[in-house]
Amino acid sequence: MNQLKNFTKGFIKENPVFALFLGLCPTLGVTTTAINGMGMGLATTFVLLMSNVVVSLIKNFIPDKVRIPSFIVIIASFVTIVELTMQAFVPALFEALGLFIPLIVVNCLVLGRAEAFASKNKLLSSAIDGLGMGLGFTFALTLLGSVREILGSGSIFGLKFIDGDGMLIFILSPGAFIALGYLIVIINKLSKKGA
Amino acid sequence: MEYIIIIISAIFVNNIVLNKFLGICPFIGVSGKIETAIGMSGAVLFVMTIATLVTYLIQNYILIPFGIVYMQTITFILVIATLVQLVEIILKKVSPSLYQALGIFLPLITTNCAVLGVAIMAGQQDLNLMESIVFAIANSIGFGLALILFAGLREHLELADVPAPMRGVPIAFVVAGLLAMAFMGFAGIV
Amino acid sequence: MSKKDSNLKNMFIALLVITFVASASLGGIYELTKEPIAAAKLEKKNNAIRQVIPEFDNSPTDNVYKEAIDGDTLYFYPGMKGEEPVGTAVETFTNLGFSGEIKVMVGFLPDGTINDVAVLEHEETPGLGDKMERKKSDWSVQFQGKNPETFLLSVKKDGGDVDAITASTISSRAFCDAVARAYDTFKRINDNK
Repeated sequence: MNQLKNFTKGFIKENPVFALFLGLCPTLGVTTTAINGMGMGLATTFVLLMSNVVVSLIKNFIPDKVRIPSFIVIIASFVTIVELTMQAFVPALFEALGLFIPLIVVNCLVLGRAEAFASKNKLLSSAIDGLGMGLGFTFALTLLGSVREILGSGSIFGLKFIDGDGMLIFILSPGAFIALGYLIVIINKLSKKGA
Repeated sequence: MEYIIIIISAIFVNNIVLNKFLGICPFIGVSGKIETAIGMSGAVLFVMTIATLVTYLIQNYILIPFGIVYMQTITFILVIATLVQLVEIILKKVSPSLYQALGIFLPLITTNCAVLGVAIMAGQQDLNLMESIVFAIANSIGFGLALILFAGLREHLELADVPAPMRGVPIAFVVAGLLAMAFMGFAGIV
Repeated sequence: MSKKDSNLKNMFIALLVITFVASASLGGIYELTKEPIAAAKLEKKNNAIRQVIPEFDNSPTDNVYKEAIDGDTLYFYPGMKGEEPVGTAVETFTNLGFSGEIKVMVGFLPDGTINDVAVLEHEETPGLGDKMERKKSDWSVQFQGKNPETFLLSVKKDGGDVDAITASTISSRAFCDAVARAYDTFKRINDNK
C-alpha cells in the first residue's frame, strides 16, 4: 500500500469510528462540544502515533507470548505522559475530558493498531498508519462534537449563535447515541456514493 | 456513603453504559443474543469486582504511600490484563461451552473501559474497601442490566422492518439512545 | 531479523526492560510536570477565591484553615489587605444535588454578609440545574450582599428568601444547603474567636 493511501484510509474508508466501530466509549463520552472532541482526538492521535512507532521499532525484540502485555505497558506509558502534560499545561481541557484520558489505554483502536499493523510493519508505515487513523478518529470526534454542540447548545467551538438553550437532549447521554447512529448512516451513505 | 445509595446510583442513576459511556464496545458487540449478554455480564462481574479489590489495595498501600500515583494507569491495566488471562484459563476448565460462546469477547474484557473506569472511579470517590467492592458489584450489575435489556431489544429489532441504511449498528445506537432516555427517569432518586 | 523465541528467559528480559524504561521515563516526566501541575491547581483555586471576596494582597491559600463537618471538610481562605481582613472564602459542599455532589465557594465579608458565590464543581443537568453557574445565568447574583441573618437561605417554597431556578428546585435547594453550611460554620468559628 503506498503511503498516501496508508495515510488517508483512516479518514473515511477505514474510519475508526464510522467504519470500524472502534474507540466508541470516548466518542460518546466527550463529544459534548467540538473542542472536547478535537482535544480527545488529538490526545489519542499522539498516543497512537507514539505507540505505533515504539512497537514497530522493538517488534523483533518482543517474544510473541508477551506481546499484548508489552504493548499495554508501552501504550499506558504514553497515556500517562499525555495525562501529566495536559494536567500541567491545559488544565481546563484536562478537566473537561476527565476519566476518558486514562481510558485511552483501553481504546480498542490503539491496541488494535499496535497488534494488527505496527507489530508487522516497518517504522515509516506504522507511523503514518498511526497518524492517519488518529486523525480520522479526531475527525469523527470533532464532527460528532460539532453536531451535538450545534444542536444542543447553539454554539460551535464555544461561539454561541442563538440566544438561550438548544435541544438539550443532544448534550445528554441519549443524544450522544442517537446523533452517532444517524451520523454513521449519513457518513456511510456518502462514502458509498463517492467510492 | 450508605451502601443502598451506592447500589441504586451505580445500577440506575449513573448506569455505567447508558450514563457514563463505559463498556460501549461489548455493549454493541455482544448484545446480539440474550444468552451471550448474560455470559458476558457474568464474566465482567467477576473481573470487575476482583480488579477493583486488587487495584484498591495497590492504590492505598503502594501508590499513595510511595507517592507514585502517576503509575496508576499502568498498574491498574496490568492487573486487569492479568485477571482476564486467569479468568480465561479458569473458564476453559470449568465451563468450556461458555468459553466457546464468549469467544473473542473474553480477552476483550481487558479493553473494556468499564472495568478500568470503575477501578479508577472507586479511587477518585475515596471509597473504603467494603464500599469499593459494593461499588464494583453494583456497577457490573448495572452493566449486565443494560446489556441484557439491550440484547432483548436487539433480538426484536432483527425481526422488525428497518430501512436498509439503518440496519445493524445505526438503529442499534438510536435504540440505545432511547434506552438511555428511559434510564434518565431514574435521576434524582438518590 | 526474526522474532525472538518465546522462552522464559526472553519473555522475562523483554518485560523487565520495557517496564523499566517505561517507569524511568514516567518518573522523569512526572518530575518535569510536578510544578506546572501544582501551579495550575493553585491558580484555579485562587481564581475562585478572587471571584468571591473583595481585593486582597495576601495569599489566602497559605493561611487556609479547615473544619470537619457532616462527614467532609470545609476550607476557609482568609483574604487580607495589609493587616485588615477583607473577607473569607469558604469552600463548601452539598450532597443533595440532583446529580450528586456540588462544590461551592462562598465569600463572606467579616460581618457575615455574603459578598459573592461561585460554583466550583457540579454535575447538574445542563439547561436546568446548571443555571447555578454564573456564566450560564444570573441566578446566583441574588446572593450578593445578602446577610443570612436576614436573608433566609432556603427556597421560597420552603419558606426562605431564595428564588429557585425554574424547574430545578432540587438543584436550588442543594445550592442553598451548601451556602447555609458555609455560613453556619463560619459564624460558629467567628463567634468562638
